[in-house]
Amino acid sequence: MLKQICLCLLLTASATAWAVDLPEFQLTIKDQKFEPTQLTVPANTKFKLRVTNTDNTPSEFESNEFNREKIVLPNSTITVFIGPLDKGSYKFFDDFHQDTGKGVLVVE
Amino acid sequence: MFGVALLVFREVLEAALIVTIVAAATRGVVGRARFIGGGIGLGVVGAIVVALFAGVIEEAVGGSGQELFNACVLLAAVLMIGWHVIWMSSHGRELAQQMQSVGHAVKAGSSSLAMLLAVVALAVLREGSEIVLFLYGMAAGGAGRADMLLGLPLGIAGGTAVGFALYFGLLRIPLRHFFTATNWMLVLLAAGLASSAARFLIQANWLPAWDNQVWNTSALLDNGSVVGQALHILIGYEARPAGMQIAFWLATAVLLVLGMRWMTRGHVASRAAATAAPHATA
Repeated sequence: MLKQICLCLLLTASATAWAVDLPEFQLTIKDQKFEPTQLTVPANTKFKLRVTNTDNTPSEFESNEFNREKIVLPNSTITVFIGPLDKGSYKFFDDFHQDTGKGVLVVE
Repeated sequence: MFGVALLVFREVLEAALIVTIVAAATRGVVGRARFIGGGIGLGVVGAIVVALFAGVIEEAVGGSGQELFNACVLLAAVLMIGWHVIWMSSHGRELAQQMQSVGHAVKAGSSSLAMLLAVVALAVLREGSEIVLFLYGMAAGGAGRADMLLGLPLGIAGGTAVGFALYFGLLRIPLRHFFTATNWMLVLLAAGLASSAARFLIQANWLPAWDNQVWNTSALLDNGSVVGQALHILIGYEARPAGMQIAFWLATAVLLVLGMRWMTRGHVASRAAATAAPHATA
């Protein structure tokens, strides 16, 4: 049991340490729209994306093009790790508000 | 209304396909309707609980709770499907023979049935919690009540209908190949779920991606399309898979196939021994 706890702590620690050096980017969901709708990130680099939902309704940050999916509860922030990606543009959307919640990740 | 119906349809479809494969795999088993119904019921209750505690789950593991929760649910389902598949590979033939000779329901091992009940419950729980959150958002956002009251049943009916269509399609497989077919479907299902679990662990930065996009077949079949989504569940189709996902898929498929082979061989050998020396086994 103790061994498992240690291993778990170690894993968490290493995951956190690993994440520290990564560049961070920010998206905001407001009135069920993304701000900004176009986000530029560096190519061939893993990065951390924070998505803050300022609405009173839940959203789901999703992309089939860079393969991510995460629910963003009302008035809260999530973190997803993305990349390294090749140059190009990758669409993302709000699965719960597909009419309004659209955006593009420009990787260059 | 169609927005609500479409989202509900997509989530229900994913769960319905899993329930359908389980229903087919337990064909002819006594009490399976109760098991599957119970699994769905437990899943619905679980979905509401998960949606209520979504914030707590997310905060629990340093902002990666959602990913770890999903990965654990998926991997638990993989283990349970694996257990059933390996168990069936030694009992499936008997099951088919009993069904042919007696022409009605047979008794199956209850541990194996309980595993499948859990698989059904987990599938409904995972997809259902998204529906609950989505509908909560619609209600909080002041969406028309008519939209929700019409969209929800329409989406559920649509997703369930596809499940039934698949089920009746599967029933056309001749009985002597039936459980071989459903067993292979379970293997592919489990491999696909394992690949999805890997994706969540990559997203949480708990696993390296081993190349984020090993290939890209999205021009051919996109995961956003309904067919792409159905194949995503049935065989783990991914238009842009990460290397780690492929590794998880292959590892699951290979382990299950080896397990099946090993069990079948052991079973055939013990039966051959039993026929050769009937007194020895009595």
